[in-house]
Amino acid sequence: MLDVYLPIAAVSLDVFMLLALGAAVGVLSGIFGVGGGFLLTPLLIFIGVPPAVAAASSANQLIGASVSGALAHWRRGNLDLQMALVLLLGGLAGSAFGVWLFALLRRMGQIELVISLSYALLLSILGTLMMFESVGAMLRRSGAPRRKLHQHTWLHGLPFKVRFRRSKLYISALLPLVLGFAVGVLSAVMGVGGGFVMVPAMIYLLGMPTAVVPGTSLFQIIFVAAAVTVLQAVENQTVDALLALILLVGGVIGAQLGSRFGARLRGEHLRALLALIVLAVAVKLCADLTVPPDNLFALEPVTP
Amino acid sequence: MRAVLVLGLLAAFAAAGARAQGLTADLSSHLVAITTGFTGTSVVLFGATDGPGDVIAVVRGPERDVSIRRKSRIAGIWLNARALTFTGVPSFYALLATRPLDEVAPPAMQTLHQFGIAALRLGGAEDAASPAERDLFHAALLDDEVRQGLYLKAAGRINFLGERLFRATIDFPKNVPTGTYIVEVYLVRQKAVVSAQTTPLVVSQTGIDAAVDEFSRRNALAYGLLAAAGAAIAGWLSSLPFRNA
Repeated sequence: MLDVYLPIAAVSLDVFMLLALGAAVGVLSGIFGVGGGFLLTPLLIFIGVPPAVAAASSANQLIGASVSGALAHWRRGNLDLQMALVLLLGGLAGSAFGVWLFALLRRMGQIELVISLSYALLLSILGTLMMFESVGAMLRRSGAPRRKLHQHTWLHGLPFKVRFRRSKLYISALLPLVLGFAVGVLSAVMGVGGGFVMVPAMIYLLGMPTAVVPGTSLFQIIFVAAAVTVLQAVENQTVDALLALILLVGGVIGAQLGSRFGARLRGEHLRALLALIVLAVAVKLCADLTVPPDNLFALEPVTP
Repeated sequence: MRAVLVLGLLAAFAAAGARAQGLTADLSSHLVAITTGFTGTSVVLFGATDGPGDVIAVVRGPERDVSIRRKSRIAGIWLNARALTFTGVPSFYALLATRPLDEVAPPAMQTLHQFGIAALRLGGAEDAASPAERDLFHAALLDDEVRQGLYLKAAGRINFLGERLFRATIDFPKNVPTGTYIVEVYLVRQKAVVSAQTTPLVVSQTGIDAAVDEFSRRNALAYGLLAAAGAAIAGWLSSLPFRNA
């Protein structure tokens, strides 16, 4: 036990517990290229960090974890910079729109419900589809004739076609732009990085090779997380830099291990694992909505 | 707010001074400093009376507004349905006494001086549909504060050393809120308060923590940018050892 007092969160917590927490989330982030904010924030709240500080500080640590992870993938050549920049462009526009939408929904009331319901629905569908696809791919592996890299649909008839060399794709730039926008809206409204939606969408919607996806996703998460951190610091003063730094030390070690481990996994296994996690989150969300809560009441201090 | 508090303290001191005969009390320290390694602390309350009687002490943290939400089930889904905001909610509450509270203080006195969590009076929540609803939310608020360890349900013990000297230890948990606390000490004889004294106690961050906290409030944008840049640099540094792997 080595307790440290966190200046913004205003609680004392055990350093080793925070390091372990950071490392566990870092492994996930390294393997799949998802930020892990969806896991980190509730865990921090569980150990006593105020919710607003937990969410904002997770975003802060996410910057460092994503830089570390993205660099690891970059060195292995698993980062499509061109694709990441297009996604980012859409993402920034999407977050701006999302912040506006958030304010609008909040004025109408029950924003939390809208968010939880749509997220649970989205993740359930996504997780199920991914599970079927990856298990199917695993079964097919034994000798059956290989399919084409991806099917051609009307999506490939869109204008502004660009060659994304690292992703071995020749598709309309509108596709990643719109995807980035949608995820940007989602992350601004939900307060999560959006890696969970981004990663499967890159694999299935854009048809990117699985190996290139985590690095590319992490690269654009860096900027989304940075924007969220600065916004939260200015608007709510809820960013605990010390907490973020401690989580980060554990996180970067985990992320390096994770990206190395992920590189050894086969694509369909990686996708099946990710599908499992997406489904688990969806189940958790549904449970939160339908299971009677232990405590019907929740306190929150009103900031004057 | 602070001016009101200072005035209140002065008034309390003046009142105590006017009838301070019978009771003198002080704290071993008037400042609880929260440093990086803070894991909770205790402060000794000590004093003397001019004869037999019981001593009751109440420790109240700085007041703030608290809103409390209740979830309800609508169409099979649990959602935040109702919220009430209470004002003047102490952020910390502890009671200490020389004997069990009910033996020392009759119910009317407990209510008047807000002895014990059950006697706490809170403001606000005017939009409650009924007194019953307000009571329900009030009780839930108290439960939550008790669960967080900020309201101490069991009365602490004040010990007499001989006939007149008394001494007690006030324990503060590691999640103690910062601000100006008020320690009220009462001397009770024959089920009546005969003397009272009020002492302030400041709980505050010191050293680096205080500096970081202040900087984050004064220069929010610079703090945010620094926090973001710091995390990015830490991420980059940490990836260096793995470069040639």
